[in-house]
Amino acid sequence: MQSKMKEPDPILEVENLSASTDNLQILKGVSLTVYPGEIHAIMGRNGCGKSTLSKIIAGHPSYNITDGDIKFLGENINSLEPEERSQSGIFLGFQYPIEIPGVSNLEFLRVSTNARRKFLNKEELDTFDFEELVKEKLEIVKMDQAFLSRSVNQGFSGGEKKRNEILQMALLEPKIAILDETDSGLDIDALRIVASGIKKISNAQTGIILITHYQRLLDEIKPNYVHVMSDGQIIKTGESDLALELEEKGYEWTDNFIKET
Amino acid sequence: MGVSFVKVYKANCNKLFFDNMVNENLVKDVVKEPYKYGFVTDIETEKIEKGLNEDIIKLISQKKEEPKFLLDFRLKAFKKWQKMKEPDWAALGYKKIDYQDIIYYSAPKQKEKISSLDEVDPKLLETFDKLGIPLTEQKKLTNVAVDAVFDSVSIATTFREELAEHGVIFCSISEAVKNHADLIEKYLGTVVPASDNYFAALNSAVFSDGSFVYIPKGITCPMDLSSYFRINSGDSGQFERTLIIAEESSSVSYLEGCTAPMFDTNTLHAAVVELIALDDASIKYSTVQNWYAGDEEGIGGIFNFVTKRGKCLGKRSKISWSQVETGSAITWKYPSCLLLGEESVGEFYSVALTNNLQQADTGTKMIHIGPKTKSTIVSKGISAGNSKNSYRGLVKMGTKATGSRNYSQCDSMLIGDQASANTFPYIKSQQPNSEIEHEASTCRISEDQLFYLQSRGIEFEEAVSMMVSGFCRDVFNQLPMEFAAEADKLLALKLEGSVG
Repeated sequence: MQSKMKEPDPILEVENLSASTDNLQILKGVSLTVYPGEIHAIMGRNGCGKSTLSKIIAGHPSYNITDGDIKFLGENINSLEPEERSQSGIFLGFQYPIEIPGVSNLEFLRVSTNARRKFLNKEELDTFDFEELVKEKLEIVKMDQAFLSRSVNQGFSGGEKKRNEILQMALLEPKIAILDETDSGLDIDALRIVASGIKKISNAQTGIILITHYQRLLDEIKPNYVHVMSDGQIIKTGESDLALELEEKGYEWTDNFIKET
Repeated sequence: MGVSFVKVYKANCNKLFFDNMVNENLVKDVVKEPYKYGFVTDIETEKIEKGLNEDIIKLISQKKEEPKFLLDFRLKAFKKWQKMKEPDWAALGYKKIDYQDIIYYSAPKQKEKISSLDEVDPKLLETFDKLGIPLTEQKKLTNVAVDAVFDSVSIATTFREELAEHGVIFCSISEAVKNHADLIEKYLGTVVPASDNYFAALNSAVFSDGSFVYIPKGITCPMDLSSYFRINSGDSGQFERTLIIAEESSSVSYLEGCTAPMFDTNTLHAAVVELIALDDASIKYSTVQNWYAGDEEGIGGIFNFVTKRGKCLGKRSKISWSQVETGSAITWKYPSCLLLGEESVGEFYSVALTNNLQQADTGTKMIHIGPKTKSTIVSKGISAGNSKNSYRGLVKMGTKATGSRNYSQCDSMLIGDQASANTFPYIKSQQPNSEIEHEASTCRISEDQLFYLQSRGIEFEEAVSMMVSGFCRDVFNQLPMEFAAEADKLLALKLEGSVG
């Protein structure tokens, strides 16, 4: 496709990544490269390692990398703290966003945004300037300002939590966003809001990895590549029609790939 | 260099926390922010010999040129104390205190009569400067009047003239004994009688200095008043005594701060605070207690045995205690309210944080005596390290307290898996037409919460302190603004390296 032009540098390179937790091997040599402007979807059965992959890229301390590398903008980030990864532009949208009682959502969003801005040598925002910015971003996910004065995710409905995740993505303007089952638990309207939010935030310079079980999110956001994971490995990679085929034939169909390899 | 060091520390913290398995070497690697106020001021002091007997008490009284009624008050208290037993009901364990091995009077040597701050030993001014309490005319805090107490004596009180214009008396209790003996004689010991408890009796016998506040009728004190207590010498106890009187329809906000140097011995601090609020008067008393807590092995630190009590004597009077307790090896403290006046209000907002081997047994007593009285208790205990943190509270509805109400909320937060938290709420009601409500909860900072905040660019330590502040928010909201910010910082500092 771009054979005659100089290829842009990849944003994320996962190379032969193996990882374990509690002596249990969960990833068994995953490789994945994301270039600017690309949208990748990762599908697969529950327990195949999709969420683990996303957590390891974000730096979750419960997992040990036993082999392989994660490179972000060409730099190895295996040993970086989660906060350093976030500051440098990696975003993980949580499948189950965590409730933090007593911590105001507004303050949380501000501290988080400022951590990223500081990294980018941008001026940190005081409460007033930040409120201006956040109001603008609230539009993207069609959230009410009342959300800001509540505790982080506390008492939010499933859909509100997911929209709060996308709001964070909008504020942090990551280079790469990994969205772990952001579509699960959403009704059709909420799904549309979330999907259009993701599209608004992403551009030709950013990469997106969508972890999902369902075609309906991929109808809204068309991926360039679809990867199927099974037992800690990517067993098949294709273009967007692979997801359709998968939906039609089910995961049992993919079991044959393992036998072939 | 500095940066990489911090990094190692942070990574260790993470590991310690998440492994649940404490690795000895890692613990040693973890750098700790040293106690910032642990320095000793090198100053010539006048100390009396160790030990406690009638002669010592007479000597203290004589040094302070006290009237006879006060000496009698002291001697009576001493007789009572000798017959009393040290209480052992608190959930605290500590080595027996040898009361004969303590110096009961220690004062920096300075001129007999000081007429202005210029005559105060510059070393003392420097000490308070270093503690963030500048006293000199040029630098003093603009919105707070300060009474600075160093060991057994008050060094200086700022803004006295300005306050006097409003009829507000703010001075050391020693001065009040000389200049306002009538008020002292009328009120001293009326809220906390000498026989109240072992430590109150001891204090009544040997108290050296402290603050005195008198707000006349109808006056809203034009600025916050504050006392700063500094223990400097290692072998003397501090026994301060504070008395605050708010006349009808007056109001005052009073702040109290405390620090001490690091010694490997334990220093006894046994204070008594008495508050009196008449009709429609209100007193807000806030404390940030940061006495030296001892080291990680529990060596040294202040033994803090304090009796604080307010009497809502008048109708619709209000006394509000807020405290942030972060220091001391041992804390034994129950700021209480006697609600006598009809429709009087008592409040207690507390954050108690313990780390390492600290022990705190703290809470409040709300004694509803008058009708339609109301009290609120909000207590937040945070235990980290190997510490022990107990809430102990009594809510009592007397026979005449008809239509009275209490609401209590006691929450505990555990950090790590070695700390403990207890709640001992006592409820006594002799009045069926009253309401008592009690809520309690315990929580733990979870790995998922920390990871969530970290994955949003927030550093590990900041994430912990954000959650702790969030937990304490109901109480911080009650503190005067500059105090709230201070308390927030103090908690963050105290927790550094504790998440293991």
